[in-house]
Amino acid sequence: MNAKHDITLAINGKAYAIRVEARRTLADAIREECGQTGTHLGCEHGVCGTCTVIVDGAPVRSCLMFAVQCDGAKIRTVEGLADGGEPHPLQRAFMEHHALQCGFCTPGFLMLAVAVLEREPDIGDEDLLDILSSNLCRCTGYANIVKAVRAAAAEMRQC
Amino acid sequence: MKPAAFSYHAPETIAEAVAILAEVAPEDGRVLAGGQSLVPTMAFRLARPAHLVDINGVEGLDRLLLDGDELSIGACVRHAAFHRPVVEGCLGPLLSFVARHIGHYPIRQRGTFCGSLAQADPASEWCLAAVTLDATMTAMSVRGSRQIRARDFFEGIMTTALADDELLTEARLAIPPSDTRFGFSEFNRVAGGFAVAMVLAAFRLEDGVITEPRLGVGGVEERPRRIAEAEAALEGRAPGAEAFRAAADAAAGAVDPMEDINTSAGYRRDLVATLAFRALEQAGRALEQAGA
Repeated sequence: MNAKHDITLAINGKAYAIRVEARRTLADAIREECGQTGTHLGCEHGVCGTCTVIVDGAPVRSCLMFAVQCDGAKIRTVEGLADGGEPHPLQRAFMEHHALQCGFCTPGFLMLAVAVLEREPDIGDEDLLDILSSNLCRCTGYANIVKAVRAAAAEMRQC
Repeated sequence: MKPAAFSYHAPETIAEAVAILAEVAPEDGRVLAGGQSLVPTMAFRLARPAHLVDINGVEGLDRLLLDGDELSIGACVRHAAFHRPVVEGCLGPLLSFVARHIGHYPIRQRGTFCGSLAQADPASEWCLAAVTLDATMTAMSVRGSRQIRARDFFEGIMTTALADDELLTEARLAIPPSDTRFGFSEFNRVAGGFAVAMVLAAFRLEDGVITEPRLGVGGVEERPRRIAEAEAALEGRAPGAEAFRAAADAAAGAVDPMEDINTSAGYRRDLVATLAFRALEQAGRALEQAGA
């Protein structure tokens, strides 16, 4: 039951060979075993969306997957967004539109929105609102997050 | 808020999966598909399965295909697979519309159609769809394979006809006649929240009157079911506010609603009347758009 599993997580293009119990969630493994603490944990039961990361192209809640299920999977976290010192267009839009205050929920919103905009660059406004309702933010009242994502969507379409 | 320890199994074939399940089911072994309901339950320690049989790597279970006149939905087909219509005709758009009511976008990337059926939450949209559309489920175990009709599958809250050692490998939906019109209406308190009540309605028209009416109610009783009284109120009537109101009232009168701390039985009953009318109106509008 407490057996350890040897797995490899490929996070932002770097392989992490780690040893975890089956019950270790992906979120905990990313933070504790791999030391990538940009991914935040809020509720730990799939409600708040703060731990959202991209697994094999899909935005998922990393508290609802076990690390052992992601052996060999390609994982993207907030640490992988910036290109060297240059922030991702969405990160820049969050700064410009004041889309964060305390910043706790921000990694989850960024990974959710990046995954969606990469998959559906022409997503409609109503669908975008519906998707952004997936995650919780207790500071901003959401209006500036929506503004930032819309602005980044427009910019990413031009690239 | 961390799941308790368990032994992890990752079979690669159905035969291997059911063999492991036969072995571990007596020790509270459970199937792990999308995990979007099971893992939160484990995080709360409300579930402490000693074994998890992860079927995500099982060959063939992610298959979603048209098989004759039925849509075959494998055990690992995610909710998100239905975001765009999966079949031509009227069924694809209906399933897309219903899918958008399930949890949130990231949840729909992992959660599965069959997992929802096996979970049998009364508020599950897919359970309502399965009952209203008369789905057939395939259950496999080391003892063999059997088919279970949706009306016999759901036994109560979180309770199905599946035995502990059975794996739900597939659900099959008959492709409805192409002129079938659908409507679906759900009420919940927040975006992505659980349905407080929902109604799925379908009918066809023959010589200007309703035929083959179906009206299913979910989230209201312990399991979703079709409401014969409402269907009888539609059969042979011209589509329109009068017939829809009669059917909606019949549905509200026929249900025996659950109560909870936020929702009285009377409130749920009122919701059924409103949602049934809206679902039928939506089906009626589909008729207008089609120029029928």
